[in-house]
Amino acid sequence: MTAESSSRRRARGRPRTLAVLASAALLLGGCSAPEGPPVLTWYINPDAGGQAAIAAKCTEAAGGKYRIETSLLPNDAASQREQLARRLAAGDSSLDIMSLDPPFVPELAEPGFLAPVPAGTARRTTQNVVEGALTGAKWKDKLVTVPFWANTQLLWYRKSVARAAGLDMSRPVTWDQLIDAAKREKKYLGVQGALAESMTVWVNALVASGGGQIIENPDAPADQIKLGLDSPAGTKAAGIVSTIGKEGLGSPGLPTQNENTSMLLFQGSDGSFMVNWPFIWPATKDGVKGGNLKPALLADIGWGLYPQVTPGRDSAPPLGGINLGVGAASKHPDLAYQAIECIVSPGNQAEYFVTNGNPPSNTEAYNDPRVKQAFPMAATIRRSLELAKPRPQTPYYNEVSTGIQQNWAPPSAVDPRSTPESTTKFILEVLRGERLL
Amino acid sequence: MTVTTRQKQAPEAVRPGGRQYSDRTRAERRLGWLLAGPAFVVMLAVTAYPILQAVYDSLFQYRLTAPQDREFIGLRNYAVVLTDEVFWRDLGVTLLITVVTVAVELVLGFALALVMHKALTSVRGLLRTAILVPYGIITVVSAFAWFYAFDINSGYVNHWFNWVPGISPDLNWFADTWTALFVIMASEIWKTTPFISLLLLAGLAQVPDELTEAAEVDGATWWERMRRVVLPNMKAAIMVAVLFRALDAFRIFDNIFIMTKGAYGTETLSLLAYRTSIGRLEIGLGSAISVVLFICVLLICFIAIKLFKVDLAGARGEKS
Repeated sequence: MTAESSSRRRARGRPRTLAVLASAALLLGGCSAPEGPPVLTWYINPDAGGQAAIAAKCTEAAGGKYRIETSLLPNDAASQREQLARRLAAGDSSLDIMSLDPPFVPELAEPGFLAPVPAGTARRTTQNVVEGALTGAKWKDKLVTVPFWANTQLLWYRKSVARAAGLDMSRPVTWDQLIDAAKREKKYLGVQGALAESMTVWVNALVASGGGQIIENPDAPADQIKLGLDSPAGTKAAGIVSTIGKEGLGSPGLPTQNENTSMLLFQGSDGSFMVNWPFIWPATKDGVKGGNLKPALLADIGWGLYPQVTPGRDSAPPLGGINLGVGAASKHPDLAYQAIECIVSPGNQAEYFVTNGNPPSNTEAYNDPRVKQAFPMAATIRRSLELAKPRPQTPYYNEVSTGIQQNWAPPSAVDPRSTPESTTKFILEVLRGERLL
Repeated sequence: MTVTTRQKQAPEAVRPGGRQYSDRTRAERRLGWLLAGPAFVVMLAVTAYPILQAVYDSLFQYRLTAPQDREFIGLRNYAVVLTDEVFWRDLGVTLLITVVTVAVELVLGFALALVMHKALTSVRGLLRTAILVPYGIITVVSAFAWFYAFDINSGYVNHWFNWVPGISPDLNWFADTWTALFVIMASEIWKTTPFISLLLLAGLAQVPDELTEAAEVDGATWWERMRRVVLPNMKAAIMVAVLFRALDAFRIFDNIFIMTKGAYGTETLSLLAYRTSIGRLEIGLGSAISVVLFICVLLICFIAIKLFKVDLAGARGEKS
């Protein structure tokens, strides 16, 4: 190799080396932190785009202090819990804001997976919040999440069927009256009999409406928990579920019926009375608008408070909704709580209700004229939220809920004399680690 | 043989253990390790590590949301699992699904393999593609398709087959163990019969035509030719097909997860392991179930290979 050719090669090599270095610099530059305000990731449950809209609104309102990005969680509450629990246990720092189903809050609060709520935020976000939603946001009497929206079930009925059955729907009605009316009119009751979370929602509401409670000491450790199912309230609840199941009043689809399928049943010609969340109102309106349902159906639908178990005793309707929590490993907990204060403002809650059908937890939002116009039953929802009782608040909620589902579904297999007792025995054995679930 | 000759020519090296390898052999062994090494390391990372971790975790009482309460409890998790009726019920369902689906798939798959084997060259490609379509569909998608077909609210099966005794518009297939298992198994059979038929087709192709022709000349009927010539000659392929499908069927998850989520007595061991580890976040107990499931799979392999003498190399034609 001559010196000339060698120097030519070096000369050719120089620009290449420079190009490689420049590319590497560009790549490294690309890896550096992006410019701009801190990004807060908000893990949201699927909705009709309402949470993403609120995120954009609050990002704008922050004036460059932070930017909220949403990340979608799975469809059902149980899968949402699984994903969040695994991420929290692994110390995932991207969990800045989380939309949490209230029954799962204690399980995440107990091991310290949630960042503490600052006193100022707690004070400002709990004013005018309905009692049930507030209870669901606490663990061991301490606010660990911020109530966002609160859901409750109403009694929905077909006015024509109620009229034919001679029921005065201006006054509270009982389950026994509904069962008699459905039998007499040869119609189906819209209840949720599937082996799913909706079964626990139903059982809890029945037991609580009868004056009982599923867990007597929810704060207790797993092996010391006392259940209240094997009680007069539990027996009465089992009697109602069993009668509906055994007499075929919930339709042949009852053992696999969830909230959505019971709505379809209610909308059909065999529909009569149904307990369900308020989403059924916008869904039915959309069905009419899309031409899938007859317009007369809307005029035939009435609503009232959840049915009573004992005549004259206020019912305890189911309570649902979403609370907002901040992950303990979040890099921006202070900003996250500032963002949460924006998200849960009464104005945003009212707008979320109108656009997505999810009722506010803040009573102030019910005064918004848009709410009154879109939801003629808003006052009933608000009253129902005041009466509503949350599901058991325990870190072992999953075991308790699944234990109930496995023993109370299908409804036709429920025996009021033995099911409450066998469920209690089963759940306690599971909690003591002696049985599989 | 070339290698052997060259081995003699190459200078020999003595290993401390006393075995002698030529330079070339050593170089080839080194190359072999270099080529296979990365794959071996990846296999260790994705299989051996999780298995060992699961075995370790199964000895603890360990809940993901209560890490501070983690406690060594020896084999207590296994005692809970093996003495619980839920485990034995789920094992029974798993075995039932395995036996029924593999048996039906074997018969149907063999019939399809015969059709593909004998089909005219002009339609062979089209036929094979048509038969393989279900196997090309993602299991979750096929599970949803079967679910919606049989669902009491959205399904058409109840209306189309209303004339069949026992089927009516009010039949809720997924509310009863046996009807739900029927749909689950039918879906599984529909989806995986093409796989078994492909394996059997490979076996059929190995049977020399001369043998069947000779049997035909000797006056053997079609059934006799099948029973005495074709089947004995493709025994290895059949056993491999059965083993592969049995292992697959024993771990069934997707179909049941989509259709019933294990409700009403349709839960299998995979689903129980998932529900305990992921649903309840009981890592210790869930790992114990996973380890038991793994041992069951090993047992099936052992029974197939040792007792039924499944010859994996023979099935690939390596010994023919």
